[in-house]
Amino acid sequence: MTMETPKYLLEADDDARKSPVRLVVVQGERRPAVDAADEAQVMTWPHLMLREAIALVALSLALSLLAIFFDAPLEEIANAQKTPNPAKAPWYFLGLQELLHYYPPLVSGVILPGLVVVALIVIPYFNINLKREAFWQENIKRKLVYFWASILALSVIFLFSSAHPVWPILIPLWVIAGLMMVPAVSPTRTGWRGWLGDRSLAFWVFLWFLLASTALTVIGTFFRGPGWQYTIPWIDGVY
Amino acid sequence: MLRILTNPQSLIDALTQNRVFRSIVRRGLSDTNRNRSLAIFSNFFLHIHPVKVNVSAIRFTRTFYLGGLSAATLFILIVTGVFLMFYYHPSVPRAYDDMKDLQYVVYMGPFLRNLHRWGAHAMVALVLLHMVRVFFAGAYRPPREFNWVIGVVLLLLTILLSYTGYLLPWDQLAFWGVTVGTNMADAVPLMGEQIKFLLLGGTKVNENALLRFYVLHCVLLPLALILMLCVHIWRVRKDGGIYLGDEEKPETEERP
Ligand code: HEM
Repeated sequence: MTMETPKYLLEADDDARKSPVRLVVVQGERRPAVDAADEAQVMTWPHLMLREAIALVALSLALSLLAIFFDAPLEEIANAQKTPNPAKAPWYFLGLQELLHYYPPLVSGVILPGLVVVALIVIPYFNINLKREAFWQENIKRKLVYFWASILALSVIFLFSSAHPVWPILIPLWVIAGLMMVPAVSPTRTGWRGWLGDRSLAFWVFLWFLLASTALTVIGTFFRGPGWQYTIPWIDGVY
Repeated sequence: MLRILTNPQSLIDALTQNRVFRSIVRRGLSDTNRNRSLAIFSNFFLHIHPVKVNVSAIRFTRTFYLGGLSAATLFILIVTGVFLMFYYHPSVPRAYDDMKDLQYVVYMGPFLRNLHRWGAHAMVALVLLHMVRVFFAGAYRPPREFNWVIGVVLLLLTILLSYTGYLLPWDQLAFWGVTVGTNMADAVPLMGEQIKFLLLGGTKVNENALLRFYVLHCVLLPLALILMLCVHIWRVRKDGGIYLGDEEKPETEERP
């Protein structure tokens, strides 16, 4: 009678040739960037370590000086009966609080920030643009139609969806539309027009986010006072 | 003794050429490239770096060191934060009294609190700037796309950390800043009220909210941030180091 080999056999083996040690797994898609090795290299120690040390010291110095000369604010004890006017969130939320002036909380506090986070996450996945394909490279006619349709739609949305036109979003939109049109009108491959022409769609969308959110944050931080009315920081002070 | 003090080289030698020091730092200040390599990869803290780096990867204008500075700010915040925890009770009105103590009683208390406060603002700003720099460098594209997503998580965690800390002094600024923000949760369709209740431990900002924000701020969010940061920095290396530019790489173009 022959012994049946058990299905799962615990094999102890100390022969390195029989149980090879995995040194490296080369995957087709994600190889380490060894192909850039002709670039000049330096030793991490001391060159990078020294630079990191300098950066760390500079940062510590800057923050320490700030902490020595400027005191963190501390107001009266919290009082639910006494609402300050204006009641402002910390600066990184003032862009959203400024939007609250235009849209109901569902739009400005949930939908728009949600869309921004989703957009940030999908940026590397849409229009991957490996060759940094310039926006106006192919199908210029069809793209022009889509381009103006989108700009028009976005303009209409931000002009009429709120009681006031949302200028901090609209003006960056139009500036960017103008810049994007330059290479379409004069397709030069060199100079600053060539540079504009080489930008991808992702670049323009991100630039729009960046300009609009900066504008909203700056307005909310410096130009809004009691009742969320406009104030001039150098005349009325910063609230 | 005197001889050692007047001769810096022998002082350094005396300090670094002994068994105790060598058991901690395995290689001294190294002179040969072999020892310099070993200094990096035989050190737990330094092995996040490769032994050699491209010249252009360490150039200031490549990264402006913004990622590194974000991490350094995080480190300063953890150190000052631990010290603050020694003086802080997350209850009403004790929390506010502790702030006053930090201002007037605790030795170097104002410096400690100021450093933590400005550090927190600096970290949010540095992380935002780091994201902008990564985007304009084009470093978010494959193979780094998932590291960008991890970055977005890090950004959200950083903002949440800063925001939960904002409530802890329990002054008017803290209370109303957080009230404005958490009122937004009401706007979430269907489960807005529940979300707000979960966050605040009640329907308003009160001492339950203070305790929840304290636990989030001192335990949960820092742990999550540090964990994600480890993955982030590990992936920077696994994706081939800092993105250096746009040379056409035939292999990567074939990706479907
Ligand atoms: C707690 C916050 C963060 C820390 C401490 C951090 C740290 C770092 C460090 C040290 C690097 C190495 C290169 C450099 O310094 O630029 C890096 C690279 C990178 N980071 Fe971050 N990061 C953070 C947040 C983010 C965010 C918010 C994003 C994007 C949404 C992001 C995306 C990336 C990407 C894609 C790289 C690779 C860049 C390249 O290859 O050039 N990180 N990060």
